[in-house]
Amino acid sequence: MIKNNILVFIFLVIINNISYSASQKSELATKYKATNSINNKASLQRGAKYYVNYCSGCHSLKYMRMSTLADDLGIEDAVFSKNLLFTGKKIGETMTISMKESDAESWFNAIPPDLSLTARSKGADYIFAKLNTYYEDDSTNTGFNNVALPNTSMPNILANLQGGQKIVLDSNNNPVSLEKVSEGIYTEAEYIQLTNDITNFLVYVSEPAKLKRYSIGFWVLLFIFIFTIIAYYTKKEFWKDVH
Amino acid sequence: MSEKNQTAGVIGWIDERLPILSFVRNHLTHYYTPKNFNFWYFFGSLAFLILFLQIFTGIFLAMHYKPDAKLAFDSVEFIMRDVNLGWLIRYMHSTGASAFFIVVYLHMFRALMYGSFKKPRELIWLFGVFIYLALMAEAFMGYLLPWGQMSYWGAQVIINLFTTIPFIGPELGIWIRGDFAISDPTLTRFFALHIVAVPMVILLLVILHLSALHTVGSNNPDGVEIKKHKDENGIPLDGIPFHPYYTVKDFVGIGVFLFLFALTVFFVPEMGGYFLEHANFIPANPLVTPEHIAPVWYFTPFYSILRAIPDPAYGALAMALSIVVLFFLPWIDSNPIKSIRYRSMLFKINLFVFVIGFLILGYLGVKAPNPLYNALALRFSEMYFIFFALLYFYSVNRSNLFSYAFSGVIIFLIAVYDLSRISSDNYTMVLVGLASVVLFLLFMTLSPLYSNLNKEKEVPERVTE
Repeated sequence: MIKNNILVFIFLVIINNISYSASQKSELATKYKATNSINNKASLQRGAKYYVNYCSGCHSLKYMRMSTLADDLGIEDAVFSKNLLFTGKKIGETMTISMKESDAESWFNAIPPDLSLTARSKGADYIFAKLNTYYEDDSTNTGFNNVALPNTSMPNILANLQGGQKIVLDSNNNPVSLEKVSEGIYTEAEYIQLTNDITNFLVYVSEPAKLKRYSIGFWVLLFIFIFTIIAYYTKKEFWKDVH
Repeated sequence: MSEKNQTAGVIGWIDERLPILSFVRNHLTHYYTPKNFNFWYFFGSLAFLILFLQIFTGIFLAMHYKPDAKLAFDSVEFIMRDVNLGWLIRYMHSTGASAFFIVVYLHMFRALMYGSFKKPRELIWLFGVFIYLALMAEAFMGYLLPWGQMSYWGAQVIINLFTTIPFIGPELGIWIRGDFAISDPTLTRFFALHIVAVPMVILLLVILHLSALHTVGSNNPDGVEIKKHKDENGIPLDGIPFHPYYTVKDFVGIGVFLFLFALTVFFVPEMGGYFLEHANFIPANPLVTPEHIAPVWYFTPFYSILRAIPDPAYGALAMALSIVVLFFLPWIDSNPIKSIRYRSMLFKINLFVFVIGFLILGYLGVKAPNPLYNALALRFSEMYFIFFALLYFYSVNRSNLFSYAFSGVIIFLIAVYDLSRISSDNYTMVLVGLASVVLFLLFMTLSPLYSNLNKEKEVPERVTE
């Protein structure tokens, strides 16, 4: 009977979509829109570089094969091995990391997620907003909080590039905007480009086939179009004698 | 018989032992179809095409997919990234599933419009509804296989429907899952059913569907029987051989379909999260419920009916009824006029409102519920069933007494349910909803008594151009 009740409870929870995290989403985070383009190869290359420098210490891309990456982004194997290859890795392997999950748990109180598919599950805008909406907050362990992902365990590793931000709240304690309080190494435009490049790169990583499917798709559509025209006139010819 | 032996050579040799030529003759070159098929008659052959596309792409997916809770998600990503053109095969399969339902819904709508389910085609319709059911089972089981969050939680919702069945429910749930929760045994059995059992059932049903169709012949937009008027050779005057006329015509339909299909596969395979849901790119996690669980779009009208009633058991019952009622359609609507062209204005309004209501139910099913949406879902669920009640009502001309009694009974049933749930915070919504349904019902049942809205047109003897 208890089991039955639990099932009914689970069922009710599901069909009523009781939401645990939706309430935390803020208006402000949705104002950050990535303006990335997957066809911008230079941006993808920069994004790959930034990712390897800043992100790949903690975040794996366990489905991303490095040889595919080198091919798709037009990076020669020698250049790739010199600049982007992780130590002790072969180019045919995927971009896993060596940090142990147990270590991560004790250092950050959370396991940094694999980012192979984040752009598909949460969207490019989310990644872009996450990287742009860190603000100073003394109440957290890292000294920073985030608008796109409130109470994130991830430290603000790009802080020295972006500079410091403070959050502006309205009378209901809803975030309204972020205000710059200290300068970073990068100007605002440079930082936006950096985060856009990383976002762009992660969009590519989430679906490498995206680079190919548009161009193949064009020829497929052209073929089908011509086929349909021929089929149409064939039909017309055959149907001449139907009255 | 003597005709058969005229063919020489290899074909002739085979035909003496296996009736390939007579098969071609009976089902293609001498199978006579009405010459007035329109746009709505493409979807049968398109459904047939998609069935084979799904089988074909499915075979290649099965070569690389691993039915194991630990490996399934990774193997799908392996297909997407490391298998040559694996992404294309997978997108064709996932888009094919949605395309299948679009085409089947349009095919069923055609049957409703032109009365293709009516005597003598009841069995064609019945096999068709069985195909639709098998297709739903096939799609549902296939959706578990990528083992993403939506796969997992969507399956949770559907399997829990079975657990609401009184007495045997909980045991039945365990029997379906093969475990107390959805886990590896569920995945492996769904895999087996998805790639072997259900496809075989669908193929068998398609053979029955087509055999029944070729026995009685196709209906047409005029809903007249072309076999009634034959020439001296026994060939229907309004019939043309399926091949070459409809084969060449279907190729045009196939071309247009494939264009739209390829447009989706190559440019918008996710279709904004409707064909491939965003949360399904997160591996299944039994401990984390996604923010919002919505089934894939083709199930959402029925999902809305399920949610319209707060009690899960009755909701599940309503949903089951909404599908079961389809089986009885040929006997519910016994109006002898088949085609919408010659039926009354009220029939047209009824069908139009039904289609709009079905689309709205579909829309509500993908949205998170709120009081307004719930109220709408309930009313359009009621309208879904009222459609069938009205089809029955319009079967013959009804007397005054019957018209009043008929609408009275339905209004009474709806009002009783509304009274049981009305409270101080929902009374406006309940009353407005009740009033709309009552007004619609009164208009549809009583206007025949006071106007000529229910007047039907003369059905021609032969097909019109």
